[in-house]
Amino acid sequence: MDVILFLIFAAIAVVCGLNVVIQSHPISSAISLIGVMGALAVLYLLLGAEFLAAAQVIVYAGAVMVLFVFVIMLLNAGAEIRHGRSLIAQVLGIPLLFTFLGLMLYFVQHMLPGTPDVHFGGFKHGTALDVGRALFTQYLLPFEVVSVLILIAILGAVVLAQKEME
Amino acid sequence: MPGVPLSWYLILSAVLFSLGVAGFLLRRNVITVFMSIELMLNGVNLSFIAFSYQWKQVNGHIFSFFVMVVAAAEAAVGLAIILTVFKNRSTLNIDEVSSLKD
Repeated sequence: MDVILFLIFAAIAVVCGLNVVIQSHPISSAISLIGVMGALAVLYLLLGAEFLAAAQVIVYAGAVMVLFVFVIMLLNAGAEIRHGRSLIAQVLGIPLLFTFLGLMLYFVQHMLPGTPDVHFGGFKHGTALDVGRALFTQYLLPFEVVSVLILIAILGAVVLAQKEME
Repeated sequence: MPGVPLSWYLILSAVLFSLGVAGFLLRRNVITVFMSIELMLNGVNLSFIAFSYQWKQVNGHIFSFFVMVVAAAEAAVGLAIILTVFKNRSTLNIDEVSSLKD
């Protein structure tokens, strides 16, 4: 059951991820990216990360992607025009990418030879209680710093958008 | 009942990251380039949570949570910058916003 669920949602994630790269219209890419994020939320649940699965759906698939779709519609972005890129990129781009992927897979296989199997329910400390406890004891300072970062980001976005309005 | 090997999750994470790199390098629309960055961040988040499962610790979840927060902040500021660039240049093509290069 675990394997079947993993394979289904991994396939959805990879197909939607490919679609993000292939589609020429930004709105199709955005919808595909929402598919990737939904599939990843299910995989987080399989790994026992309930809180992050909920946060993934709310923050990523909800807030961030709505922002993306909103900007695409605001700017009336059409399909992108593809014109000639450099010869090096045409010849070496795809092989280099596969080399990169192959190297990563090689390292995964050789640095982690005997990893344990993942069973649903094998890790029960991903609840909001456990994440919150770690966040407000051990990681209290980063949490406060990141709240300042969010404040700065809000101010920056408001200032930039205001400049745009004038 | 057989479980899923942990390395499958890491392989999926590597594939998603590579797709993000491909989109970042191949696409010419600035919004799609930005979405490819989000795809890369998602791939990395998956490997954080997989390692968190392996070590039976919640720390990976915290890192993943911070990545999510930073990605949300980055999306807000980045899209505001895209709006400003579009206002000044009336284009979303990154090849036409290369005056720093010339």
